[in-house]
Amino acid sequence: MCRKVVAEQEHVADTPLQGIGKEPPPSDVVREASISEILTGSAKEAVLRVQEYSYLAAQSVANIFSRPHYVQDTLDQMDSIGVGSLPIVLLTGFFIGAVMVLQTASQFVRFGQTSLTGDAVALALVRELGPTLTSLLVTGRCASGIASELGSMLVTEQVDAMRAMGTDPSRKLVTPRVVATVLVVPLLTTMSDFIGLVGGCVAAVFSLRLGVVQFWTRAIDALEFSDIMQGLMKSIVFAFILSTVGCYKGLTVRGGTQGVGRSTTQAVVISSVMIIVADTFLTKLALYMADKLF
Amino acid sequence: MNTPQKSEATIAFRDVRLGFDEGDIVHELSFEVYPRETLVLLGETGTGKTLSLKMAAGLMRPQEGEVNVLGHRVSEMSEKELLAFRREIGFVFQEGALFDSMTVEENVAYRLREEHVPEEEIEPKVREALRFVELEHAIDMVPSELSGGMRRRVSIARALITRPPIVLYDSPTAGLDPVTSQTIITLILRLRDTYGVTALLATHRLQDGFALANFYFDAASNRVLPNREKAAEKSEADSNTRFVVFRDGKVFFEGSTEEMAAVKDSYLKRFLV
Repeated sequence: MCRKVVAEQEHVADTPLQGIGKEPPPSDVVREASISEILTGSAKEAVLRVQEYSYLAAQSVANIFSRPHYVQDTLDQMDSIGVGSLPIVLLTGFFIGAVMVLQTASQFVRFGQTSLTGDAVALALVRELGPTLTSLLVTGRCASGIASELGSMLVTEQVDAMRAMGTDPSRKLVTPRVVATVLVVPLLTTMSDFIGLVGGCVAAVFSLRLGVVQFWTRAIDALEFSDIMQGLMKSIVFAFILSTVGCYKGLTVRGGTQGVGRSTTQAVVISSVMIIVADTFLTKLALYMADKLF
Repeated sequence: MNTPQKSEATIAFRDVRLGFDEGDIVHELSFEVYPRETLVLLGETGTGKTLSLKMAAGLMRPQEGEVNVLGHRVSEMSEKELLAFRREIGFVFQEGALFDSMTVEENVAYRLREEHVPEEEIEPKVREALRFVELEHAIDMVPSELSGGMRRRVSIARALITRPPIVLYDSPTAGLDPVTSQTIITLILRLRDTYGVTALLATHRLQDGFALANFYFDAASNRVLPNREKAAEKSEADSNTRFVVFRDGKVFFEGSTEEMAAVKDSYLKRFLV
């Protein structure tokens, strides 16, 4: 449980890194670290990581307001993240919409109110499932891709080469990915919402024998401006989270190719957890704002 | 210590210390490189050669001491100032560090495009740089199609495209076969003797250093010749290459080719074998 710490600074140079031609350090220069030291060290490390992440995230936004801009890189990323994710987002959205109809209808049928299915599905999709599921799908596909791509560039010294040639990696690599993700995820969410309603409609028509016009009328009438704003606001925040976490984990890879794999996994796990945690607070905020503003 | 040049040093390290959690990697590190000189950094793995190059380029910041390059105090510059400063430096990374999603042409032209040089000026410059490293035919290839030696040559072409006054080489022959290593050293000689660049070369192969010290590139015959054929200028040619040997993160030995060849120290003799 305890790890060794070096007691005297002057003995640090005797570690294996510096040990050419030297005897190993005598055993009395190391001692067991106390639990409080371990906890303090871990806490400091965690705070440092949060600080580094916050700095990178802030830098990625600040870069937008000064030159140089990498427009072509941003467009390339939009193509890769947006167009590339479209099939899985649409396919998943369709079946989520259908499943939602089947699940809600099984409850509404008890009260003889299956016509309310359109309302429930529209609200659930636009407010919650559309942005959250789309972001989680993009996280699985793109946060991992960003982390592995940047991580590989880091371990093969391409990031250093970029800096050595006078290019700021946060401008060239991070900002285009963050901007592209923040622009395309709301678009993907909108398409996912629509195709989800189409899936819901298909399920409602064939399973509940509801009319197409009836389903769409109720679904559209149930939605208010605040619901759409809530969904879009969430998708923007989730996109920012998944892209910045992907970039951060990629640019802080340690330990070669094995480290790239580890960072890729961490990028997906951390982004997913952060998205779901942020969702709770954003929902509360959105409901509060809807009450006050709309 | 053999420093015949009296001019101001192009690169100067003074009492530099840099360490990580494991301890200091380099400490009390001091050396100087003078204009048009090649300083060969010799040392075993982990003695701080690559870190020294990265500190010279401002890619890493020392925790103590000063690093001065081309009159800039690199160790105290902001990242923004460093980005501009690094355009005066060519850096050849150990494995080439080519951008693997770009073609050879895009890699070599990278700096020019970053500086918004007109497209019509870029192609002739890229071709010239690739011709210099004898890889003009590979202009449309991607790095994954190149051999290890070809990647280093493209990396050299990329470093020289803006004709920087300083080039930093990080183990340019590491992992290459003897013939390819010789090709790379010949290119470094050509770069030195054609453009007169100041160079810092990290290596663990003494023969690289001796080749740089004992040969020169003759532009007239387009050949690499021994310095003895250039008898009148021999002393000058020799003085353009010096050796610094790292041990335990410090300068253990600093001297000329003759001094290096004549050493009796057992640690230094390891490099002579």
